[in-house]
Amino acid sequence: MRKKAAIALVCALSLATFTGISAYAGKKNDEQARLFAKQIPGAERITQALNRLTFGARPGDAAAVRSMGLKKWIAAQLNPDSIPENPVLTDKLKTLDTLAMSAEELVKNYPTPQMVKQMVAGQMPFPTDPNRRMMIERLVVKAEKKQGQGDQVNPDAPQAQPLADVLSREEIRALRTGTPEQRRAAFQSLPKDKQDDVIAAMAPGMRQGLFQNASPEVRRKIVMANGPAQVVARDLMESKLLRAVYSNRQLSEVLDDFWFNHFNVFLDKGADRYLITAYERDVIRPHVLGKFRELLEATAKSPAMLFYLDNWQSVGPNAPQPRADAKKGRRGLNENYGRELLELHTLGVDGGYTQKDVTEVARCFTGWTILQPQRGGAFSFNKRTHDSGEKVVLGVTIPAGGGIEDGEKVLDIVAHHPATARFVSTKLAQRFVADEPPATLIDRMAQTFLKTDGDLKAVMRTMIDSKEFWSEGAYRTKMKSPLEMVASAVRAVNGDIDYAFPLANQIAQLGQPLYRKQEPTGYSNSSREWMNSGGLLARMNFALQLTNDKVPGVKVDMAKVTKPSDPTSGIALGSPDFQKK
Amino acid sequence: MIQSRRIFLRNSALAMVGMGTAPLWLQRALYANTGSAGRKKILIAIFQRGAADGLNIVVPHGEKAYYNLRPTIAIPRPDSGDAQNSTIDLDGFFGLHPSLAPLKPLFDQQHLAIVDAVGSPDPTRSHFDAQDYMESGTPGLKATRDGWMNRALPRELGEVSPVRAVSLGATMSRSMTGLNPAIALQSIAGFQVKDAEAAKQFENMYMGSKDPRMQAAGRETFAAVSMLQSIQKQAYTPAGGAEYPRSNFGNSLKQIAQLIKSNVGMEMAFADIGGWDHHVNEMGQHASEGLLATRLADYAQALRAFWQDMGDRMQDVAVVTMSEFGRTAHENGTRGTDHGHANCMFVMGGEVKGGRVYGQWPGLERDQLYENRDLALTTDFRDVLGELVAKHLGNPQVNGVFPGYSPKFVGLT
Repeated sequence: MRKKAAIALVCALSLATFTGISAYAGKKNDEQARLFAKQIPGAERITQALNRLTFGARPGDAAAVRSMGLKKWIAAQLNPDSIPENPVLTDKLKTLDTLAMSAEELVKNYPTPQMVKQMVAGQMPFPTDPNRRMMIERLVVKAEKKQGQGDQVNPDAPQAQPLADVLSREEIRALRTGTPEQRRAAFQSLPKDKQDDVIAAMAPGMRQGLFQNASPEVRRKIVMANGPAQVVARDLMESKLLRAVYSNRQLSEVLDDFWFNHFNVFLDKGADRYLITAYERDVIRPHVLGKFRELLEATAKSPAMLFYLDNWQSVGPNAPQPRADAKKGRRGLNENYGRELLELHTLGVDGGYTQKDVTEVARCFTGWTILQPQRGGAFSFNKRTHDSGEKVVLGVTIPAGGGIEDGEKVLDIVAHHPATARFVSTKLAQRFVADEPPATLIDRMAQTFLKTDGDLKAVMRTMIDSKEFWSEGAYRTKMKSPLEMVASAVRAVNGDIDYAFPLANQIAQLGQPLYRKQEPTGYSNSSREWMNSGGLLARMNFALQLTNDKVPGVKVDMAKVTKPSDPTSGIALGSPDFQKK
Repeated sequence: MIQSRRIFLRNSALAMVGMGTAPLWLQRALYANTGSAGRKKILIAIFQRGAADGLNIVVPHGEKAYYNLRPTIAIPRPDSGDAQNSTIDLDGFFGLHPSLAPLKPLFDQQHLAIVDAVGSPDPTRSHFDAQDYMESGTPGLKATRDGWMNRALPRELGEVSPVRAVSLGATMSRSMTGLNPAIALQSIAGFQVKDAEAAKQFENMYMGSKDPRMQAAGRETFAAVSMLQSIQKQAYTPAGGAEYPRSNFGNSLKQIAQLIKSNVGMEMAFADIGGWDHHVNEMGQHASEGLLATRLADYAQALRAFWQDMGDRMQDVAVVTMSEFGRTAHENGTRGTDHGHANCMFVMGGEVKGGRVYGQWPGLERDQLYENRDLALTTDFRDVLGELVAKHLGNPQVNGVFPGYSPKFVGLT
């Protein structure tokens, strides 16, 4: 100990020319460097891998990694396709049919109330699936009835059925009273075709009473009856949690969370409610271990991003103008995407660009638009609204007369820029290694990024192979995000998720509503974001609720957990240790 | 003698508060008074995240260039004939957006002051950086770890209330982060561990944590929990017929009012209201419709309700609002505005010299604009905050709150 102090003193003295403050900073850096150089022992390496590359260890995970060999396990996680997916997950995802749909199908099958109105008016086609069509037709009936109230009743509207018309008094009583099990039995005993009518006729409170014990299919009908458009958002949240908890391809899921957050979009911004399903599935997930340039272009051309950052409406100076309507004004440039592309997606705020660059980039992306975003339309380039004049972006001249290639050229420039290599590496290291990752590590990751043409798998490998990743400076120094806390708690107790929406609500309570970060920055990767009194209390309460089997939709078997000192007790899951990773 | 006796009482009573055994009246009495100067002053900061469009909030209707720059989204002049959708005149040159009508009486009674062409001198147009700079109180300096509000807490001898500084919301605001204890709170009612036995065990674990951050957070948390226990069970009814909007922001202000009126020793509160980044369709068909109008209605109704609810207690309170930067003076090509520079701030309180628009107006002609596109800045936001810290809170260390800057007081208080 004393020897170390002496060495430190000598080091400090050798910096004689420095001022007091930098000598202090130097000393602090020395301490940091020491921590990031000091390697953790073998047993802790498995814990570190499970803490950082998964959503937390389940019982038995550590032993499984040990028997497989840590190196081999990591190699497999970096090649997720080589890992067979957990059949439990596949099964649980089965009912979430929106996940496989195109945005256009989502709009049609899970319409908002306004769209239901348009369907009635014949401005939009009804869904083709007969079941869904029926459900929506019932909604139409209800909507028309509601509209009719106060106004004169629409004589053409089919009669909405009150519950009393569908069921006998005894049947209604059975659905209203008794234990949840009895209510479930009463509902199940109804003929299938009647079940739909009953759900549609129920008041929302009564529906909710049935929800908890219903089969997945019936639950879906209940959600649908509450409002079809909600199903899309719910499925996203359900799937995020189910995957975090059950997927065997854990690193891939952690990276999905990271990259979605890096290229954040916001669920509640208009058309984005239908565009994010395809965004996560087709834009983010396939690229998390691929080339950055491809990921970037996929986001740039995604309707979800074009809508979120308004680029779909940004047009050049020669764009055709709507009729001379003074109220509408002239259409023109919108620099929202141009700025966030540079600041948040690629170079970083200190990446050396100017306001002029922002405007020039925005000009390059004019004409990158969406066909009918409210109907789930696709990306399209509109030559007529593109500004084809000459632009200069970060010192590179993009000649006049270009089309879609102007924007693609910008993506080339920024994707291969050294500032981007550093910015992306810093963010990854901050998520996976330490809140303040050492510069030496960032340098090596950035070098890999530049050498491999932005191969994200190679960058991850450099990071995971680094001594810093396995150091005391990294080990158990980070605080879990709310998503990580909730997923890891469910994993720790081997919880059986029937439906995950209440868990998603818990995560929102903890401060991280899923898909609902309004700002393009996404959530912070730093622990500091989550270290506060209200958040800690919410974590403690969640831990107790989960282990008391009080979170709806998740079953936990705590029969064997009797003492607070057990590692999966509510006290343990709410403890300071469990909040860290 | 009296002084030391009071301190003795405070400290021993605080020990009881810490153990959760103090009777309600004692807890309240503790923080209700501090010497002959009467009750402690309270500062509330509101952050409008997303860069609110100051030029459509405090409308320079006397400026011709304003109407030229914004052919489709300018707020019509006060005399346009359609009162619902016109600027509410304040002084013949400036006026309020029509959705701010609930605040007009406050301005008329001289309890609401406006500072215009104010903001951060840093040129950044990044939301993140600009918010960070404004909340740290150090424009251009990224290394500042704590927030201006945390530094602005007056130094106290002896014990202070564990809920002295409260940041509303699920996460701690940057403004309030720092060495002084501060808590993040979503709701007063929810601020507890719902199982008393478990609460004790958690408390021991957090207090015993080897991680100093966890330990500190745990200590702050459990002290605040015991402090708030007494007011958790009472239903809160706002006074003066105040009706808070059912929004996050309305709810935040309602909780702040409850905390103030329960005399638990809160001296500072922070709340934010998001959704001001209006690049597209900022205004609907009419000035009182659309994205900005909706945000402003929530903002104004909540502030107005808070004012009514507080009644006489407003004498102790100052509320200040800010946003990271303003927006382009000209409208963009999608009936919105892009990121700009200077903005406006509202200051409201019983002792505020209101009824005036402060600040020097730089004009909106092209050569008067900042970088030929944005409202130029004539007042540093730290001048406004610094004055409130020094004169309202009575903290003499204002230079430590804004290191490297000497605030020039605007004359608001």
